[in-house]
Amino acid sequence: MSFTFTEDQKLLSESADRFVLDDYNFETRRKIIGQDGGFDRDNWKKFAELGWLALPIPEEYGGLGGSTVDTAVLLESFGRGLVVEPYQSCIVLGAELLQFAGNVEQKSQYLPSIAEGKTLLSFAHIEPTSRFNLCHIRTRAIKQGDCFIIDGEKAIVHNAETADYFILSARTEGDTNDEEGITLFLVPSSSSGIKMRSYPTIDGLRASEICFNSVKVDQQHVLGELNQAAEYIQKVVDRACVLLCAEAAGAMDTAVKLTVDYIKNREQFGQAIGSFQVLQHRAVEMLGAKDFSRALTYRAAGAIDQSNASERTRAVSAAKVEMGRSGKLIGQEGIQLHGGMGMTDDMPIGHFFKRLTMIDAIFGNVDFHKKRFAQII
Amino acid sequence: MWLQCVLVAVWGSPDYLRLFKESEVMDLILTPEEEKFRDEVRAFVAENITEDIRKKTMTGFRLDKEDHESWQKKLYEKGWMAPGWPVEYGGTGWSPMQKHIFEEECAAGGAPPVIAFGVTMVAPVIMAFGSDKQKEYYLPRILKSEDWWCQGYSEPGSGSDLASLRTKAVLKGDHYIVNGQKTWTSLAQHANLMFCLVRTSDEGKRQEGISFLLVDMNQPGVTVQPIKTIDGSTEVNNVFLEDVKVPVENRVGEENKGWTYAKYLLGHERTSIAAVGRSKAQIKRLKTIASAEEHNGKALIHDQAFREKIADIEIDLLALESLVLRVLSDESAGKGPGPEASFLKIKGTEVQQGITELLIEAIGNYAHPFIPESMDKGWNEEPIGPEYASSIAPHYFNWRKASIYGGSNEIQKNIIAKAVLGF
Repeated sequence: MSFTFTEDQKLLSESADRFVLDDYNFETRRKIIGQDGGFDRDNWKKFAELGWLALPIPEEYGGLGGSTVDTAVLLESFGRGLVVEPYQSCIVLGAELLQFAGNVEQKSQYLPSIAEGKTLLSFAHIEPTSRFNLCHIRTRAIKQGDCFIIDGEKAIVHNAETADYFILSARTEGDTNDEEGITLFLVPSSSSGIKMRSYPTIDGLRASEICFNSVKVDQQHVLGELNQAAEYIQKVVDRACVLLCAEAAGAMDTAVKLTVDYIKNREQFGQAIGSFQVLQHRAVEMLGAKDFSRALTYRAAGAIDQSNASERTRAVSAAKVEMGRSGKLIGQEGIQLHGGMGMTDDMPIGHFFKRLTMIDAIFGNVDFHKKRFAQII
Repeated sequence: MWLQCVLVAVWGSPDYLRLFKESEVMDLILTPEEEKFRDEVRAFVAENITEDIRKKTMTGFRLDKEDHESWQKKLYEKGWMAPGWPVEYGGTGWSPMQKHIFEEECAAGGAPPVIAFGVTMVAPVIMAFGSDKQKEYYLPRILKSEDWWCQGYSEPGSGSDLASLRTKAVLKGDHYIVNGQKTWTSLAQHANLMFCLVRTSDEGKRQEGISFLLVDMNQPGVTVQPIKTIDGSTEVNNVFLEDVKVPVENRVGEENKGWTYAKYLLGHERTSIAAVGRSKAQIKRLKTIASAEEHNGKALIHDQAFREKIADIEIDLLALESLVLRVLSDESAGKGPGPEASFLKIKGTEVQQGITELLIEAIGNYAHPFIPESMDKGWNEEPIGPEYASSIAPHYFNWRKASIYGGSNEIQKNIIAKAVLGF
């Protein structure tokens, strides 16, 4: 048993921290967000060269076969600098879904090119009324000869406008909330009948609302078994939750540091406000929140690769609850301890607060995951 | 590896009631060797803990001196009395995970907690700073539970500001003459020895005039006076010291260096203060009680709001355990417990207190009856209300102590603020 990083993980962590420190300061990030598509394609190339895109992809498909903990290490570093490149969309969700659901031909065709940074994916799954229910799918795919015809709406599809393919969930059987009857499709983003409305998100990413209007998809673009996608989706989303928690751990780390630095330097009443015990204790609580959330996140990351469904549920939901609570405390207290300056767009703290809040609000918030955890106590 | 050390719970059907009754709450994934070790500890605890003691430990009924001593002697015979000690002094040489498993199994099996004052508090100080004679004399006696130690730190005017202590020791020939008062001295009524901080100098910094003495309690001038606490118990005491003679060879280390030794003590075995194993056992008990209690015609455990409160605490406990395992792991890699370990004390006591709150909530009306004798040995009258209820309210009140003792949680935050955040 070891609760510390392996040598490889240490190296990965150092090089990703170095990238954030050298190439991803606050001003650079601001410029990147303003670019077309909302991220920097040169950075994406760099990630490919460094092997970061290949990290969780199996070796037989041009990847490095890393574990969930390995990916968590990378994402924690990304979180420290609020990296906006579409790693979650393309790798954590996209490549992982392909890997779980896809057949050998599909995997051979797409995974190596994803690892090289040449193909971008986006997961078109959530719908306007689905809230956190992963099985709430109204979008329909109806078989017509060798094809499926897809009609429906998808919501908050991150990085859709830059994706080459969508991994789209649609109902091939059953009713809106049924677990059975969901199927995944690999849909080229250039298909006719797709109408997209793209927008910035409050945490600096890009997302889209997408209408699929009689979009025709060849049946060879079905991923995995017909009607059985709920299981793949749950598995991949569970992993994504833990990796979001890892990103949050990095963001919390920076948010605490920024706040501690700020109150050490900000003077009022003729002294640094950090000399006041009431603020010191609040800073300590922020630090503790980060430490506990991070410890639980890595534990869940370790559990996820070898657990059955209910074990996974419990580990993931515990980590997501703890992250949500800690992120809220650190974000809110970070702003409060920065005082008026914390309210300004020019100070980084608010941007960390926003990302932490949005990580809570995706794939189930504290309330959702606490209920999920409580079902199996 | 991370992978071998991750949480699993053992369930698989939607029948919740059956599930938590049969499941070990929040098991860790263990290697086959660790599983073997766990089974060995489990069997040992089962063989050596009587039903009577198990019940007392689980319910918070009073354990008497013999209950503790008989268990500790069994641990000694097995070679398990001091898992944290270096092997040359009688430690076990266990891995961090083994230590964690050991504590968890002892707690789950209802073993009384090992009294910390000797084995985990004074012993490391004697090992690090004591004379050879002190090591040879005291350490084996601690292993065999031949002495009962208490801790003479707090004074009426010196709580969180411990360095202001005024109990005075004056060297006369080969003895110190000690005068003063110690307070909140836990279980001093059982103790024959006290490790004690005394003032030996008023010069310079307050911290630099303190010495660390080992005091024989069975001598004229030592008076132990019980303090009754809000739960009706008398586990803490005032200890009055009037012209108490302490031979100079009973001073640990150098004169006026006692503060350094006391701080060293605080840095030791901080993970056990988190009491993860005890809290797991208490959560299990909480679930059992919550399934026995009725609420709107169904078991309280099926009340969504109550379940979520349990979930809240369990998640805190999982996070706590994860950090404990990390700190243990750092310790075995040679990194001493940093001041971050103060977080374990804070969160550990918050979790413990949180569980006592849910327990009192769970029993509803039967929190009211208060029959202190019912928690004593030999009481065999019919309980008022469910048997499990009688100790819960006293225990809830008693456990408010946890965030105050051992350096209050506020003091722990001061420590982190200074040592980690650099304020």
